[in-house]
Amino acid sequence: MIALLIRDLRLAIRAGGGFGLGLGFFLILTVLVPLGVGPDTGTLALIAPGILWVGALLACLLSLDRLFALDHEDGSLDLLATSPIPLEGVVAIKALAHWLTTGLPLALAAPVLGILLNLPGPAFAPLVLSLLLGTPALSVIGAFGAALTVGLKRGGLLMSLLVLPLYVPTLVFGAQAVSRAAQGLDGSTALLLTAGITAGSAALLPFAAAFALRINLR
Amino acid sequence: MASLWEYANPVKFMRLSGWLMPVSAWLAAGLIVTGLVWGFFFTEADYRQGATVKIIFLHVPSALMAINAWAMMLIASLIWLVRRHHVSALAAKAAGPIGATMTLIALITGAIWGQPMWGTWWEWDPRLTSFLILFLFYLGYIALWSAIEDADTAADLTAILCLVGSVFAALSRYAALFWNQGLHQGASLSVAPGTRMDWAYKAPLYLCMAGFALLFLALVLAGTRTEIRARRARALMTRERARA
Repeated sequence: MIALLIRDLRLAIRAGGGFGLGLGFFLILTVLVPLGVGPDTGTLALIAPGILWVGALLACLLSLDRLFALDHEDGSLDLLATSPIPLEGVVAIKALAHWLTTGLPLALAAPVLGILLNLPGPAFAPLVLSLLLGTPALSVIGAFGAALTVGLKRGGLLMSLLVLPLYVPTLVFGAQAVSRAAQGLDGSTALLLTAGITAGSAALLPFAAAFALRINLR
Repeated sequence: MASLWEYANPVKFMRLSGWLMPVSAWLAAGLIVTGLVWGFFFTEADYRQGATVKIIFLHVPSALMAINAWAMMLIASLIWLVRRHHVSALAAKAAGPIGATMTLIALITGAIWGQPMWGTWWEWDPRLTSFLILFLFYLGYIALWSAIEDADTAADLTAILCLVGSVFAALSRYAALFWNQGLHQGASLSVAPGTRMDWAYKAPLYLCMAGFALLFLALVLAGTRTEIRARRARALMTRERARA
């Protein structure tokens, strides 16, 4: 399983595009929003938590279709499905690799972009914390969406239609944790709920995703 | 002893639904027409809301069926996953667009009512928001059905999407409650003592709700029958081609 994780990480870093692309997208999105909304710092501070969370969510979505599609095309997914590792474990490891290459860098880069959006000082720690706690859920839910659409030729657009509604609770709780902290309120309830969604999806969704993969490999 | 599972046999299902569909369709038409005519022309206008209150006779039944259609899809998907009855999967498929339409009717009638009452067409209220999200879930479900060519694969994948989607739709409902305090009033009907609606409104409303439930039944049966016939036609055409 660790070998699979290392292989996926290597592929993501070396095979161009996957690793930096999400971060670049995140950066461009946060630059575009002030250009569209206007440079008023008060307005930007108000919408910063939401923009950063929506940006992280879209950046995650962008790299999802590579999660199983490449392995499906060259047949290594069939090998993984017949290997002694349970397919549920394969899904979990792949979701973890996806998180390490997109969610984690996004969470670490978010404070820098928070400065660009004039995010209030007390919100920085909750921002990083909520992204660290919330983005694993985005990766696991995304793995489920990718498993559903892996057999389709143009599954990318369909997958965003399937996955984005599933992201709603994570987005709401994650962004609430940040914006409550930005207003000087206690955001720990929202933070705990974000962590709860991550724990629940990480525990259950690999099974649903593996089920969908088995159907698609049938 | 006849069991419910007998109707998983398409022939038996077609025979039963052959008379059940027109009966429920006509009953639905009768109930909805009676309820709406009663509601629109023979009830007093509310002393504060005026005549706009009467949109409730469309709004509440469609909202009710929007949620129940998803619940029916969930149960039909479970039956398909556990017992592999094709009729069940096709019924879930047929319910998708109907549920989406009901959700849309509830949203639109709500907007038409909200404009004079709340002074806005749309408000990011938890109930409104979760209905909009429910609509998005319906769209994804329908899109997944239409994207996959193989019928059994499509049935399996949409069923698992329906299961996962139900959990996340429920989560979204509570997330929306957490996120914003509502403008929408509480439940329109309640068994709790001191409910605020008068029987003059409740009686036609119940008629409309029963009518919408029967309408949903008739539409699902019609959709399922169409799917079964389409599948039979496809099988016949394949057989013809193989013989030729």
